[in-house]
Amino acid sequence: MPWSREGDPVTLHVVVNGRARELEAAPHALLLDVLRDGLELKGAKRSCDTQVCGACTVLVDGLAVSACTYLAIEAEGRSVLTVEGLADGESLHPLQRAFVEAGAVQCGFCTSGMLLTARAMLAENAQPTREDVLHYLRGSLCRCTGYRKIVDAILTAAEPAR
Amino acid sequence: MLRPFTLHRPETAEEACALLVELGEDAAVYAGGTELLLLMKLGMLRPRHLVDVKRIPGFSTISLDEGARLTIGAAVTHRTVEQSALVRARCPLVGTVARHVANVRVRNVGTVGGNLAFADPHSDLATLFLTFDASVELQSPHGRRELPLDDFVLGPWETARTSNEVVASVKLTPWPGETHAAYAKFGVHERPTLAIAAMLRLAPGRSGHDGDRVAEARIAIGCVNPRPMRIAGAEARLTGAPVADLESAAREASDIAAAGVDPADDLYGSADYKREMVSVFVRRALLVAAARARGTEPVARFPHAVVA
Repeated sequence: MPWSREGDPVTLHVVVNGRARELEAAPHALLLDVLRDGLELKGAKRSCDTQVCGACTVLVDGLAVSACTYLAIEAEGRSVLTVEGLADGESLHPLQRAFVEAGAVQCGFCTSGMLLTARAMLAENAQPTREDVLHYLRGSLCRCTGYRKIVDAILTAAEPAR
Repeated sequence: MLRPFTLHRPETAEEACALLVELGEDAAVYAGGTELLLLMKLGMLRPRHLVDVKRIPGFSTISLDEGARLTIGAAVTHRTVEQSALVRARCPLVGTVARHVANVRVRNVGTVGGNLAFADPHSDLATLFLTFDASVELQSPHGRRELPLDDFVLGPWETARTSNEVVASVKLTPWPGETHAAYAKFGVHERPTLAIAAMLRLAPGRSGHDGDRVAEARIAIGCVNPRPMRIAGAEARLTGAPVADLESAAREASDIAAAGVDPADDLYGSADYKREMVSVFVRRALLVAAARARGTEPVARFPHAVVA
């Protein structure tokens, strides 16, 4: 018995940004399209479409993935975090605040991916070195900032844990 | 955007093979999708059926087989390899290199079996695994067979896997005795231009005071040939060399290696350039391994390169 037949949508049970959702998605639907078009969560961007740039990064059960090359059905029973779920109401997440204060945002296209990648890293390693941050950000591309202020911001956000 | 397909989630390897027999060329084996989905988005592959092998018992585990070989299930992710205590204990360089495969998003999702089955020539694992005398375990409707990795990878994106088979695992033979090693990759694109794995096994010198010598060397080179390869001539040149002064042997071995590859001109560089870089990075990898053998961790920072 196939798990799902060609084109037929299935119902997925996914916690998106802390809220349990039932989503209709075809087996060939990409997570990025379900988030952007189905849920109107436009923070994750389609850019390279080949897992090279990081603009579409979201966290699935805490792990960074490229939503552009990840089937939505893989999120069944899991928890997805997008940049829209990072702040606590009107109160920015410490990473977001650090990005603002360090001037780590220019055009902003990479920012949601950078924030989520940093969030995944800090969950694994609360006290990263500059080298740790640079290693983890490999494959998260920014064409504006030159990275220095992004790395500074992430290290600043990590400081309370040091 | 992907074309619609039917998704199958077999619970056993036998069931997966039966599906492959039934569906033939219409089916593709699916695990992480980091290679497969890219080709499907481009329309270069248009499978009507995906056979997801992630639920098959054993495909997502790392264990030791009865011969104490490290057995990495096909659906194990690079991230799991990176974090595995068993990998670190038996084949530490494999864990270190896993940390540098692609980027963290690909490592979280992409699998060891998928990487080997796609046989992208610009890849890390097959090159590294050649120094562990790796074998690929294939499941077919008729049972399992093992192929040396060198016989499994036939060329760019081409393997000896038949359409009825799934890669079940890869088996690595931990290095014997006292070994020291380094892995170096170089490149300006997402995928490496060049990858070198170098291992030195040591033995005490003939007299008590002339220090350790190289009893066995293994050098594998990837990305510059249609498939990764060991360079026997370069390995032989190092045998017997004193590890305290490996400079001249490493230089000669790296020249032999450069003469032994057959690179092509492409976006990664001209053939001449790649050949020159083979020489440079074989020497560097050997000198890093030799320094580690002497108990020091050298400062090995080179532009556009990772040394693991």
